[in-house]
Amino acid sequence: MKDSVSPDKLRQLYYEMLRIRRVQLKIESLYHLDDMKTPIHMYIGQEAIAAGVCAHLGKEDYISSNHRGHGHYLAKGGSLKRLVAELYCRETGCSKGRGGSMHLVDTSVGHMGSSSIVGGGIPIGTGLSLSIQMKGQGRVSVVFFGDGAAEEGVLYESVNFAILKQLPVIYIYENNQYAVCSQISARQRGEIIFHQTNPADMFVKVVDGNSVLDVYQAAGMAVERARAGDGPSFIECKTYRLRGHAGAGSDVHLGYRPSEEISLWEARCPVADFRKRLLQNGDMTAGDDEFMEKEIADEIDEAFLFAQTSPLPKGEEVEKYLFRG
Amino acid sequence: MPWSKIKPEIEEPDFQSVLGNTCRKVAYAEAIREALDQALELDERVFVMGQGVDDPSGMFGATLNLHKKHGRTRVFDTPLAENGLTGIAIGAAIGGMRPVYFHNRPDFLLLTMDQLVNHASKWHYMFGGAVHVPLVVWACIGRGWGSAAQHSQALQGLFMHIPGLKLIMPSTCYDAKGLMLASIADENPVIILEHRYNFKHTGLVPEEPYRVPIGKGVIRKTGTDITIIAVSYMVTEAYHAAETLKSDGIDAEIVDLRTLRPFDEEIILSSLAKTGRVLIADTGWKAGGVTAEIAAFLCENGFSSLKAPISRVACPDIPTPSGFTLEEAFYPGAKDIVIASRKLMGWGR
Repeated sequence: MKDSVSPDKLRQLYYEMLRIRRVQLKIESLYHLDDMKTPIHMYIGQEAIAAGVCAHLGKEDYISSNHRGHGHYLAKGGSLKRLVAELYCRETGCSKGRGGSMHLVDTSVGHMGSSSIVGGGIPIGTGLSLSIQMKGQGRVSVVFFGDGAAEEGVLYESVNFAILKQLPVIYIYENNQYAVCSQISARQRGEIIFHQTNPADMFVKVVDGNSVLDVYQAAGMAVERARAGDGPSFIECKTYRLRGHAGAGSDVHLGYRPSEEISLWEARCPVADFRKRLLQNGDMTAGDDEFMEKEIADEIDEAFLFAQTSPLPKGEEVEKYLFRG
Repeated sequence: MPWSKIKPEIEEPDFQSVLGNTCRKVAYAEAIREALDQALELDERVFVMGQGVDDPSGMFGATLNLHKKHGRTRVFDTPLAENGLTGIAIGAAIGGMRPVYFHNRPDFLLLTMDQLVNHASKWHYMFGGAVHVPLVVWACIGRGWGSAAQHSQALQGLFMHIPGLKLIMPSTCYDAKGLMLASIADENPVIILEHRYNFKHTGLVPEEPYRVPIGKGVIRKTGTDITIIAVSYMVTEAYHAAETLKSDGIDAEIVDLRTLRPFDEEIILSSLAKTGRVLIADTGWKAGGVTAEIAAFLCENGFSSLKAPISRVACPDIPTPSGFTLEEAFYPGAKDIVIASRKLMGWGR
């Protein structure tokens, strides 16, 4: 597969991951100032998934995201300025300061909202694919959810319907092994039941979620199937949540997971791994890397300045947006 | 279920409303079916889904044979997965469609609360107006023939509590059609709670499509002595009560709210200002319900007009029993409205 991916595409995948990582590190570095008054859920360690999947999507394709959604939003092309402004509770935020970090949206690029009710976005993303099918649009709808959501009944309900109607929906199961502080072994035994689905009904694949190329390849097959009208896909991306459930920084001090486990996965960092690989294979030069870092750093500085200097929503407009029309 | 044995088919009360000139007498279910048929015809974004919408009884007749005319892509049976399918309807609405999701009974809406309350009602506000959810959810409250505690719940009080949901409860054939068409045209999530007893009615309904405005009540009978604010099937009970009260020399005004959220504040305040006495009649429970909310609103905003305490006629705060003698004791009706009205008239005399 690697050979069939052009150096340009390889660098683009790396750039997307790097950008998501740098944005999050910046958020983390400033979070202690309490100016971003919103609960944050870091995507650090999972960047390969959003980047690898969204590389196949156009603006007209849909995604449904969740509380850990910064990466999905950025990979889909959501405005960085408006993301940061949302974290700063500004009127210029993507949700005009009404949603916060867990409720990002950018309909101009097909990001139709994110739910912080675990599993809540799964049927909504499925319904978006129903609208695609009914309109004959040839688009796809991608649903991102984690291992906690995989335990919700609504996943079964949605997948059953997607298979029944052969909908153009792709379920991206980001198994990062933790739901808040609960390890997956406390909640599930063995592999998720959808791996046993008849391949004719739904394309199912398990991939290394820390390998952007593995994700990219599997997602490519799923998107192709969906666009051709060949039905839904379910891709489990095995990965790891490097940070705590919520907030900034490491949560190793809580003691619910061994520090060796975290170190092991830090050594498998999807961004650093891919950088090393591209440099070794000559698909990217150190100069390319520096240029990307600089470009991303400038964009981030600009976005934070925009957010910090944007107006706050007015109290007298608190009732606005209850209803449309 | 032999509903014909518990309540005969009758004409709805003659409210002497001025309707269009193409009116025919049609059954309540047919009024809804006609609205759906016309919406499907006029707007390609509209589709009808729900468990049993294409079955031989067609959801009490409300969706009967629509799949034959409009096809199974636009009128389709669903898996029994109420929460998931509600989310799917929400997603389809966000994607530009206009789903109408039918449920046999509101009791099953309790399985959809996550998607209705956490998602549909929040999506527009939570994203600063970027996305909206033009969704209609429909269910019919059961009553009688031992429907019992899980097939008869009138849950409007629960839904009325939720910001971001519109809540409709029609009482006439005319409104059943016009409010359905208005709900489908609305840009927001709308819940329509019907009442099984209304389905025994026939009434005057214009043939052409029309919309009854959401958020507007209507005066079903003018009067000067007491205001009876009624909801859904209780409007019919209020009408019969008013007939009895007339022989007592009590002239009751009947206000049909039609929409519970947002409800018509002006119409009830002005009726209160006229009569000074208010009775509120609902098909649901009393505690924390529709009658409680309307009474609180009137106390806050119309206290100076009140000549007597506000009276409420609603279901007792217990599950619905199944046995017919207990059902008889459980459900309030015209008799209760008459007794409460007489008591109200005794105040301040």
